Amino acid sequence: MPFTLTVNGESHALEVEEDTPLLYVLRDELRLNGARYGCGVGQCGACTVLCDGVPLRSCFVPAASLGGRALTTLEGLRAPDGALHPLQRAFLDEQAGQCAYCIPGMVMAAAALLREKPRPSEAEIRTALDANLCRCGSHNRIVRAIQRAAEELAR
Amino acid sequence: MSARLDRRSVLKGSLVLAFALAAPGVSGEAPRPKLPGDLARHPRLDAWLRIGADGKVTLMTGKVELGQGILTALGQLCADELDIELSRLTLLSGDTRHSPNEGTTAGSMSVSQGGSAVRQAAAEVRALLVGLASERLRVPARRLRVRDGTVSDPVSGGSVTYWSLVGGRTLNREATGTVTPKPASERRYVGRPVPRLDLPAKLTGEAIFVQDFRSDTLVHGRVVRAPSHGATLVEAGTSSVERMPGVLKVVRDGNFLGVIASKEWQAIKAAAALAGAVRWSEHATLPVEPHAWLLGAPSQDTVIQNTVRPAGPPPARTLEASYRRPYQMHGSIGPSCAVAEWDGDMLTVHTHSQSVFDTAEAIARMLGLPGEKVRGVHLHGAGCYGHNGADDAAADAALLARALPGRAVRVQWSRQDEHMCEPYGSAMVVKVRADVDEKGDVLDWNYELWSTPHGTRPGGNPGNLLAGRSLARPFPMPVPRNGGPPNYAADRNAIPLYAFPGQSVTTHLVTEMPLRVSSHRGLGAYANVFAIESFMDELAHAAKADPVGFRLRQLQDARAKAVIQRAAERFGWSKGRRSPNHGRGLGFARYKNLASYCAVCLEVFVEPDSHAIQVVRAVLAADAGEVVNPDGLTNQLEGGLVQSLSWSLKEAVRYDGQRILSRDWSTYPILTFSEVPPVEVVLLDRPGEPFLGAGEAAQGPTAAALANAVFEATGARVRDLPITPQRLAALRKG
Ligand code: FES
Ligand code: FES
Repeated sequence: MPFTLTVNGESHALEVEEDTPLLYVLRDELRLNGARYGCGVGQCGACTVLCDGVPLRSCFVPAASLGGRALTTLEGLRAPDGALHPLQRAFLDEQAGQCAYCIPGMVMAAAALLREKPRPSEAEIRTALDANLCRCGSHNRIVRAIQRAAEELAR
Repeated sequence: MSARLDRRSVLKGSLVLAFALAAPGVSGEAPRPKLPGDLARHPRLDAWLRIGADGKVTLMTGKVELGQGILTALGQLCADELDIELSRLTLLSGDTRHSPNEGTTAGSMSVSQGGSAVRQAAAEVRALLVGLASERLRVPARRLRVRDGTVSDPVSGGSVTYWSLVGGRTLNREATGTVTPKPASERRYVGRPVPRLDLPAKLTGEAIFVQDFRSDTLVHGRVVRAPSHGATLVEAGTSSVERMPGVLKVVRDGNFLGVIASKEWQAIKAAAALAGAVRWSEHATLPVEPHAWLLGAPSQDTVIQNTVRPAGPPPARTLEASYRRPYQMHGSIGPSCAVAEWDGDMLTVHTHSQSVFDTAEAIARMLGLPGEKVRGVHLHGAGCYGHNGADDAAADAALLARALPGRAVRVQWSRQDEHMCEPYGSAMVVKVRADVDEKGDVLDWNYELWSTPHGTRPGGNPGNLLAGRSLARPFPMPVPRNGGPPNYAADRNAIPLYAFPGQSVTTHLVTEMPLRVSSHRGLGAYANVFAIESFMDELAHAAKADPVGFRLRQLQDARAKAVIQRAAERFGWSKGRRSPNHGRGLGFARYKNLASYCAVCLEVFVEPDSHAIQVVRAVLAADAGEVVNPDGLTNQLEGGLVQSLSWSLKEAVRYDGQRILSRDWSTYPILTFSEVPPVEVVLLDRPGEPFLGAGEAAQGPTAAALANAVFEATGARVRDLPITPQRLAALRKG
């Protein structure tokens, strides 16, 4: 069954097996790298995207069930002129990440948090990201990057 | 000011350089001074550097990026010595066709071996080019200045660029070892926190990871893994799977079973269907009590240290204890992945392996191909922290690709595959006994350790690849050897750095491996430093001595003392009163007794009813010799500390007599954001001193600092990792 998916403001007509999770549609059909495979069962957050502004783990939600929703991936955070999102800039300024495999998921979870709560406390940031796993131990830098972005966005 | 990382291979097609990498030739000249690091193996300057006619400079390196920032550090070293802007530099890394073979990127040796080679090679190329410029401009070389590759004479105003001198041509020279790199005062990049070259691409979603490799011929492969160690495939009903949508091929060879499909989701479903349609014969082979098993298994026993104490006073007392470490995972956040393509003549494998050259060789032997017919190309993967599934995924992709010529076959391991099949860090047992004098200082130190191996990397042998072992004509797994001095493996850091007058250290290596094991960040150093530094704390307590002072008075190495003192000062060790249920702990080691010095101080709070352990704050001090990139070093050390806290608070592979039960993040939990303490890293920079590897330096000291802090908070001594509330509760009740 063909269906339409709106990703980063563009709509795409797609025809994939009905139960295909969003992650594989984003990566393989739309060639977007932001959402990453980490566990496939909703435990790590590497595949996080936004669905109508709310974080969604794309690894196990069928894409076909998301017609009509506005989906945003890491690639969609940039301004139309290509300028980086304040979160992306802040992650670079803090050099937040080592292998950075987890980072796109962190950025997306943070984008959802800041949308909901523009000035989160450090504890609120940690709680919001608790189910996003990082194995390199970049946690504190990630928290600092989110605080920095929050400050910039509030200005 | 950032250099480019060459990502040609993520994109379809590849750049073929206009020259070939020659084997290091025998020059037949007078013996030259010893060349630093990997330059000794690859003295030809063309193996490292190429000046393009277009003004681009390419640095070729056999070391690979694992998230540790090595390419940035190498770029800094090169740009400084060559006197070019970092933005002029392209790095080409880990390509068996173009890079010098620098072995495995591991063991905290990339800056010390690869970095010192790059520094020297770049300094020599600069000297060569300045010499050519001096001839061209007819002025003495010492009058010339270089700025971003342009050599000029301040007196006459004449100038010439590197690329007009040699652009596009080979240098045809070997390093001489006679050129002296710049003094620290003239460096622009080294010693500064230059931002990571690869992070912008990773933050914007550019194709940079092997997982992002795409080509027009790309198809998706999955391998059905045996449900347990040593299981054999008795029945494989493949015909229904072959008819599933998108399935291109089912590949079976002995116990190796895989499927290739057009789309990724089709491959995943086909693999699941295959897994359901096959029958395996399994056996109970796993030791449920690994430590008792280790102590009873046949072992190779080696005395690695035996210093007899000169005659003196008899000991006042003797103390002893034993410590244990479980099997633990690398647990990369991105499971292993590889893409291989067979064109009927050449196999190209894109991999995030740490040992691209050796793994390509092992794959060639597995497929019965001449070595030069397999090209390995490194692409970034998730952090690996040692030997994970990367090489096995590469072998899987190679086998599937061989069965479907003309297609790039991408194999992505599942989370469950990675958890169950990656080689773990070995379980270990340590027994230590000390005779002490009346002050409590050590007179005789007796230390024994038991472990299975810590090194089963491919090393060119298909018997070390999961796929190689599972074929109908299997390659036998070679019996691993222990590392030996000076780096050691199971017994890494087993010899104490303390100046104990009598010392005996014995390694019991059990080469049987009921659970698959290999190099895990720090190897045996994690358990050995945990044991030594926990026991030092016990001895200090028995001597009623302050743990900091107790260590300092038994150390002779001034840099070791400086690191401990700096950590203690920064932490405020001697200041302030302790609050109830809070404790402080210190752990120290010089990694491998030859790399970085690292001391960690932790404060914990232990909740009295639940025994829940919360790490409140951490301070780490390190001396890594000359620092190339302080921010990168800090990032590595803090990351290592956090990872070691995760191992030491939470991690142990669960299994029963037959199967691995840790199959996802709920059955193998790791540290999360709200459990990570604030960490302060203090670096003792030593410009002019050799680089000392640091990537693994924090693993052992952190574990010991944790145990020691929990002891101070509760009075209970946990000698088994991980240090969990359950263990603490049992000790406190007991
Ligand atoms: S890949 Fe989706 S949560 Fe892990
Ligand atoms: S930076 Fe490597 S997993 Fe987070």
